[in-house]
Amino acid sequence: MIDRFNLYRFASPATFYPLAGKLIPWFAAAGVLFGLVGLYIGMLVAPTDFQQGEGYRIIFIHVPTSWMSMFIYLVMAFWAAIGLAFNTRLSGMMAQALAPTGALMAFLSLWTGALWGKPMWGTWWVWDARLTSELILLFLYIGYMALVAAIDDPRRADKAGGILLLVGVVNIPIIYFSVKWWNTLHQGSSVNLTKSSMAEIMLWGMLLMALAFWMYAIAVALARVRTLMLERERNAEWVRKMLSEENA
Amino acid sequence: MLKIIFSVIARDLQLAMRRQADIVSALFFFVIVVSLFPLGIGPETDLLRKLAPGVLWVAALLATMLSLPRLFADDHRDGTLEQLALSPYPLGLIVTGKTIAHWLVSGLPLALIAPILGVQFDLAADALWVLTLTILIGTPALSGIGAIGAALTLGLRGGGVLLSLLVLPLYIPVLIFGAGAVEATVSGLGGDGHLSLLAAMTTAAIGFAPWASAAALKIALE
Amino acid sequence: MIYWNSFADFLAMGGYGLYVWGSFGVTALVMVAEPILVARNQRASVARLKRQLRAEQRAESRSPAA
Repeated sequence: MIDRFNLYRFASPATFYPLAGKLIPWFAAAGVLFGLVGLYIGMLVAPTDFQQGEGYRIIFIHVPTSWMSMFIYLVMAFWAAIGLAFNTRLSGMMAQALAPTGALMAFLSLWTGALWGKPMWGTWWVWDARLTSELILLFLYIGYMALVAAIDDPRRADKAGGILLLVGVVNIPIIYFSVKWWNTLHQGSSVNLTKSSMAEIMLWGMLLMALAFWMYAIAVALARVRTLMLERERNAEWVRKMLSEENA
Repeated sequence: MLKIIFSVIARDLQLAMRRQADIVSALFFFVIVVSLFPLGIGPETDLLRKLAPGVLWVAALLATMLSLPRLFADDHRDGTLEQLALSPYPLGLIVTGKTIAHWLVSGLPLALIAPILGVQFDLAADALWVLTLTILIGTPALSGIGAIGAALTLGLRGGGVLLSLLVLPLYIPVLIFGAGAVEATVSGLGGDGHLSLLAAMTTAAIGFAPWASAAALKIALE
Repeated sequence: MIYWNSFADFLAMGGYGLYVWGSFGVTALVMVAEPILVARNQRASVARLKRQLRAEQRAESRSPAA
């Protein structure tokens, strides 16, 4: 009973807003810390890859951003499901706050993929199954953001966006496997960006970088959700109180 | 259950017959887009034969999208949609009927005219047959998925462009297997695998998509 | 411990400098720009809402009602 009560309390914007404000510096600091150690290992300590030369170091960004772009979409779909099932206000705002960061991660994944592909494949872009799926994921992010931006009523935006996210998340495996099948039929490139035989130190560098991106995404999403809350709850008592207190 | 679906189909077809110009323009859009490609690429038959499946399918995706914004908009404007939502029948069934009606006036004509356009691209008889078949069994999935987009963007400004932004990425698997089946036939590999997957996707889309559309419609009507 | 012999080696990245630094540079740019934009939006929101609130309060104190 008490747990239930607490859960709802944290889900209410009046409690979540200051909580998020307190959490952001910690996540940001963790992100910087993981990032610095990850970069130290990845860029300074890790030896070269005998097949790909120093160009392989791009994977220290490419792989974490690809993971995050997929993971963030899943998290958004999770919030969408919660929002549609329990009609909570926070969920839709969380999904919206995550979307731009997810889209940026997808963009960075494509950008670094292209810069990796030029020296390795000899071309900026290959219609490789993973790069193509990543591109489609970016389209899905853009579609979601465009839909949410086009709806004025925030409650409808949350719910319509939520349905689109759930439809998208059901479609992602179908899209991925169809693209993969299409790719094998057309005998696309078979070089992988990630090597299964990675040295342990490289793996550590990559994991730390992935953690850094994760913490970064949480910090930015929390910061963005605060702005969303403020705008939506502008007439709520807690916002008015907070604004006038800051005034004094 | 079937009765509701059939009565919705009959009603929508009747309405569509009053606006035959819309059906014909979407069809001509398809014809013109497909005919533009040889003009842009050149008349080499080998090249055209290779491009035909992709060109015809992409044009079919765009042509079915043209009529999507109207799918719910007219009923929304005159209040019919709210009546339908308040009716004792599940909205998902009504949307199923509307989706099938949409396919009958947008997808089916494309399938009928596709072989003629395929001839322009020098496709062989077996490839023409598979092309017709893929468009026939692939376009219902397009109507089903498209209906979700139409429901989500109902009554929004810039709805048409937004709709294409939402729906086109979701059309990709249908495009891959539809064009893939034709291409596999052209290259002599046989498109049976593609065709069964396409049929599976259409079945899934017709089964599930209307319920997602119905949920989206309820949100739009709130 | 450190893999590189010289700073110039580090920058050259074994000939892959353009690609490696192009990747890291754009990523760094994005990861600096995004928080700045988010923070600026937040500040703008707070400032605007405060202005609105003050305007409302002034209007209330001026009106003779209540």
